[in-house]
Amino acid sequence: MKVKEPKIVAFLCNWCSYAGADLAGVSRIQYPPNIRVIRVPCSSRVNPLFILKALQEGVDGVLVAGCHPGDCHYISGNYLARRKFTIFKNLLDYLGIEKDRVHFTWISAAEGARFAEIVKEVTERVKKLGPVKRLVKNRSA
Amino acid sequence: MQSVENRIKEKAAELLTTKKVDLLIGFERGTMPLRASPAFIYDEADIEKLAWNSFCEMNLARYLTRITSKRVGIIAKGCDSRAIAALVVEGQVKREQIMIIGVPCPGMVDRRKIEKEIKGEIDKVEEKKGEIIVKGNNFEKVFKKNNYLYPCCKVCKHGNPSIYDILIGEKVKENSKVDEYAEITEYEKKSPDKRWEFFEKEVSKCIRCYACRQACPMCYCEECFVDSFHPKWVDKSLDFSDIAIWHIMRVYHQTGRCVSCGACERACPMQINLRFLTEKINKDVKVYFNFEAGLDLSVNPPLAAFDIKDREDFIDTC
Ligand code: SF4
Ligand code: SF4
Ligand code: SF4
Ligand code: FES
Repeated sequence: MKVKEPKIVAFLCNWCSYAGADLAGVSRIQYPPNIRVIRVPCSSRVNPLFILKALQEGVDGVLVAGCHPGDCHYISGNYLARRKFTIFKNLLDYLGIEKDRVHFTWISAAEGARFAEIVKEVTERVKKLGPVKRLVKNRSA
Repeated sequence: MQSVENRIKEKAAELLTTKKVDLLIGFERGTMPLRASPAFIYDEADIEKLAWNSFCEMNLARYLTRITSKRVGIIAKGCDSRAIAALVVEGQVKREQIMIIGVPCPGMVDRRKIEKEIKGEIDKVEEKKGEIIVKGNNFEKVFKKNNYLYPCCKVCKHGNPSIYDILIGEKVKENSKVDEYAEITEYEKKSPDKRWEFFEKEVSKCIRCYACRQACPMCYCEECFVDSFHPKWVDKSLDFSDIAIWHIMRVYHQTGRCVSCGACERACPMQINLRFLTEKINKDVKVYFNFEAGLDLSVNPPLAAFDIKDREDFIDTC
């Protein structure tokens, strides 16, 4: 049986994680082509509503990545994001949305290889879950 | 001893005649038995309207972000005072503009529970020493107040106002041992599929009237995300996904702000269980950030603060 390739949206902060992805690219490190990158100024720019919208539109998984704690270009953006996502991630789990749909991590501009690793890991986990169902629009249609 | 209601009236008269306040927000008897409604008193002549009983359930802090009067007096139960404090902390009301008349709250009565047990039409309701006496054409029934409290009142730990300028009535004994999140902890033990089933079942009843938002003191946004057209985040539809997003985001927006007053749930015409959402947020805010909204004017709300050592066990590492 052919497994449908999942679509994953990655919100990457401009200053670290996006540069990390870029490094993976210029270093020609292979990673699964499942991700669609959206560049954001900082991990704290990611409104949880963006994540729900992505799942509603049929995206199978979401990855949010920012600078490591202490390294945020705006000094504390990722600390604030960490608090928001602590609450949000727990809420999704509480409602019964699969834990592995939504991922958060820190990736620095030097971590091209790690970026590729994370994308591999997230893709594997989302694949295991199968296509997104719970929040998708027009489910019955 | 004078009743709390009379002392409220006396204080109101004093504050209005001495022009310490231009407006006094309190409660008055509703047009139906078992109900109260908010009262806006600008004129001494209306003071007689003021009431204090077991049906003063609305969160009056709701009105503070909409009034234009310069000095406002407000009757505040525990949860009203917490909402006022939370609004002050969020910069939505000026503390010095508000004269808080705190009234310790022994808990409010769930009228729907009483109505369910009554067949005929209710004409009159009296209260005496912890009992609610309901009278109708050819019946009279006595209810033990403590058995008919709202779910949020049953487990309330903050009946006494957290901030006030004047206190009327004896402080109530707060039950500090009760586990207010016991229901949530129980619910968390169910399987993800069971939890989803319940969420779906409850939330599918929603008709998107937004009464929950309108009743909530902390939902003061000029434009709610759900009403926004640019960008349009949520379609005006009854597709389950749109309803679900409305509920997830509304409750997420309550992070560190909800004061567990239950106003949203009481306002819901579809009687949706909204507590299972709000209390989850409140529990996590307590567990992760050791914070409860509206208790302390000197503490920043948890999402406007951080600690370098905050937990991050949800972060993917590899
Ligand atoms: S969300 Fe509900 S319980 Fe919480 S403050 Fe608003 S009205 Fe009160
Ligand atoms: S749901 Fe959110 S956006 Fe809407 S009024 Fe409440 S806090 Fe504001
Ligand atoms: S009050 Fe009830 S029906 Fe109306 S929007 Fe809120 S949850 Fe939905
Ligand atoms: S700039 Fe990268 S997380 Fe803030």
